[in-house]
Amino acid sequence: MSTQKLRKERIDRGIKVRSDGLYALMSWRELSYLTLPRFILIAGLLALPFLIPGMYWQRVISIVCIYAILALSFDFLAHYVGLVSLGGAFFIGTGGYIAGILNSYFSIPPVFTIPLAAILGGAVCTLFILPCLPLKGVYFAIITLMYPLFMARVIEAFDIFGGTDGIVGIDSFSSAFVEQYFVIGMLLIFLFGIRRLVTTDRGLIFTAIMDNDQAVKASGINITQYKALAVFIASAMGCLGGACLTHIYMWSGISQFALDFSILPIAATVIGGAGTLVGPIIGCLILVPVSEFLRDFGTLRIVFYASILVGFILFRSDGIMVFGQRKYEQFERWTKI
Amino acid sequence: MTDPILRMDNVSKMFGGVRALKGVSLDVFPGDVLGIIGPNGSGKTTIVNSITGFIKPTSGKIYFKNKNITGKKPHKIADMGVTRTFQIMRPYYSLPAYKNLVIPLFSPRARRTGGWRGGGSLGNRQTVAIDILEEIGFERDSYIPFKTASTLPTGYLKRLELARCLSLKPEIIICDEVFSGLSMSEIASMVPLIERLQDDGITIVMIEHRLRELFQVANRVMVLNFGEKLIEGTPSEVMADEQVKEAYFGSEKVEEVMTYA
Amino acid sequence: MEILVYGTINSVSLALMGLGFAMVYGISRIPNFAHGALYIICGFVTWTFFHKIGLPYSISIILSLGVNAILGMLMYRFILIRVRGMNISEIIASYAIGLIILEGLRFGGFRGMTYTLPVFMEGSMMIGGVPVDYHRLIMTIIGVLLITGLWVFTHYTKIGLALQGMAQDEQAALMLGIDSDLMAMLAMGFGAVLAGAAATLILPLGNIVVESGYHVLIMSIAVCIVGGLGSWMGAFFAAFIIGYAQILTSVFIGSHFQMVVAILAIILTLILKPSGLFGQQKELEERV
Repeated sequence: MSTQKLRKERIDRGIKVRSDGLYALMSWRELSYLTLPRFILIAGLLALPFLIPGMYWQRVISIVCIYAILALSFDFLAHYVGLVSLGGAFFIGTGGYIAGILNSYFSIPPVFTIPLAAILGGAVCTLFILPCLPLKGVYFAIITLMYPLFMARVIEAFDIFGGTDGIVGIDSFSSAFVEQYFVIGMLLIFLFGIRRLVTTDRGLIFTAIMDNDQAVKASGINITQYKALAVFIASAMGCLGGACLTHIYMWSGISQFALDFSILPIAATVIGGAGTLVGPIIGCLILVPVSEFLRDFGTLRIVFYASILVGFILFRSDGIMVFGQRKYEQFERWTKI
Repeated sequence: MTDPILRMDNVSKMFGGVRALKGVSLDVFPGDVLGIIGPNGSGKTTIVNSITGFIKPTSGKIYFKNKNITGKKPHKIADMGVTRTFQIMRPYYSLPAYKNLVIPLFSPRARRTGGWRGGGSLGNRQTVAIDILEEIGFERDSYIPFKTASTLPTGYLKRLELARCLSLKPEIIICDEVFSGLSMSEIASMVPLIERLQDDGITIVMIEHRLRELFQVANRVMVLNFGEKLIEGTPSEVMADEQVKEAYFGSEKVEEVMTYA
Repeated sequence: MEILVYGTINSVSLALMGLGFAMVYGISRIPNFAHGALYIICGFVTWTFFHKIGLPYSISIILSLGVNAILGMLMYRFILIRVRGMNISEIIASYAIGLIILEGLRFGGFRGMTYTLPVFMEGSMMIGGVPVDYHRLIMTIIGVLLITGLWVFTHYTKIGLALQGMAQDEQAALMLGIDSDLMAMLAMGFGAVLAGAAATLILPLGNIVVESGYHVLIMSIAVCIVGGLGSWMGAFFAAFIIGYAQILTSVFIGSHFQMVVAILAIILTLILKPSGLFGQQKELEERV
């Protein structure tokens, strides 16, 4: 490269430091370089229903997306707000039951039950979690792990909402096509919405709370308020997923509070790459289908993904996404010799 | 005489069975630069923590502008205009320096007051943040405000702590050992900064080990020993006091220590 | 009277379950979420030794305790040591190990009602007008002995004191020449043995089912949280509180609520006083 070019690049770097992201507009090559992975992800997700044959595997797409939404909410809470919530099942179950109750007791169509379940469920979950927001680390993790168990036991013990049988006879989506595109669309909206949220200046407050809550308090900011907001966002996402699940299976029951919904998203996040937001989705795209393949072997699938989880925690704790990103960024400086 | 802006009335704090503070009373008047000195473990940081609400005193009351602020939440107290720095600096290490300041600018108080120099309205937060940083000693037009906080040297981090307080447009800043860990030249450049804050009408409470610089800027000094107030007075009075020499400097002559301090 | 007797028995069995968890956490600060799995696997190993291989009952118990100890230590040596200090990873990793063990057992065909262990002694006697079978009595006595023995061990022996030192301040212990990793490994081994001991004492009263692994985990977490994480005496007292609460609810409200009580105890304790009844951690450490 000529000195001129090198010099230009050096100036560019300086600008990049100040305004990360803007520099991409300087050339089509860089623009496409930056947008390509995003484009592949969006196009790939949107094309999935066409590429995958068979009713069964099309159903799996929806399940993948619901898990991905859940994993996204876990990733957001854990790595951008610093609240490690092991209560994915709590969100799914609450959303699922609310959608089920609204639909079967009040016969509200799914178009309304799903957003209602997201908002109401988010509010309910936030209310439950509100008193434990000052808790840290292990304590918060344990209490969120306990909530879904508690809800399941309460429903069982009081025999409410259909008890162990659950609520049956819930409307399904009008067609499989609508179902799949709805969850895929929601997933994409949440993904880019959260990405946008955490990079805005206001979103920085969440990260700041995670980094160092004392300094945020000393800055005169009410951290409980912000934490509650974050929990509301995350739980509303989870509840929306739960509501979709209820309408897909036309049933809501205690198994929606099962630990599966707490553990699999975490496994997906660890595998995909913690704190990358896209990583959890990639993790789900890998884990859920594989565990569907193993469904015939019963509980072996749990053994399988738990083993993967342990393996990734031990040997590749930064996840696939970070690895992929590093590899991809090596292309940027690729010149022919 | 004017009313004290900050008043501690017989404040005690127990940690388990240990009494960290034993009935400390203190008046801070508007425009004061009050120094609090004392040996390690004499309860200096406990005073900061209890004024700013990070711990709740076991007994006693704390008033700010005649309003009782005892046991209020830290963010409420900061919102009233009582800010603090931390002895162990607490920047957001993963963020660039100026973004560290964007965060306090989101607080309700900053929004009301518009930041340090703001006239009641807040413009672009990033610009305001960079302005504050430049005013507090980050080199103008350099890349330093854009550097990640974890790569900044201690001197800048201490300034960042002060800047965080200033972005709230505070009435009182309580500095918990801003001079410690700094080189002589860095301290020398901090002293005029403190004096400038005082000129701005900000009341300052300083907790310090660096006596020489403290006595240079402070107009009153309080000495703590084992959680009790030994003496309060002008720097020269404190230096002359026998009890202080005994407690703080041991048997050595005070002048001797002063030269090495 | 019935409440008193069964409350005590229930409390002691809870204490036994929780003790291993409390011990591991107390020493190495690892929340061992594989505790329930260790409990269950000990039951199945004993069953295998006794029924499949045909060893005498006492020997198969001792052997399976040994297996458990080795399992616990291996778990620490190869897996948990790498995530040491990262609380959340510890929880996730140990829970995943627990899942692997439990669901692996279930996949391996260990399910159904066929898996039982014989009681130590047949027959029953009357205590205060309440029939209590000998095994429950023996369990209570051994349980109490074990807990006191452990207390004596940690307060009066060299290893016990080293463990205690580490529990209080790991870095200081390191400086005094206590190998913290070795001690944590020992603690995991001990914890596993305690889980196994609880299993061999409690399991003969019913079937060995994989699901109860999760129950044991929740119960032991409940005991430890209510008593205060890291406090052994706290765990002991908490076991009595929860034990009696459970018996009272099952007598007066219904046996469905036993689990609800335990989980509610965890949630309430964490909300109201996260350091537990006897916890000694500083307030600032656990609350923001």
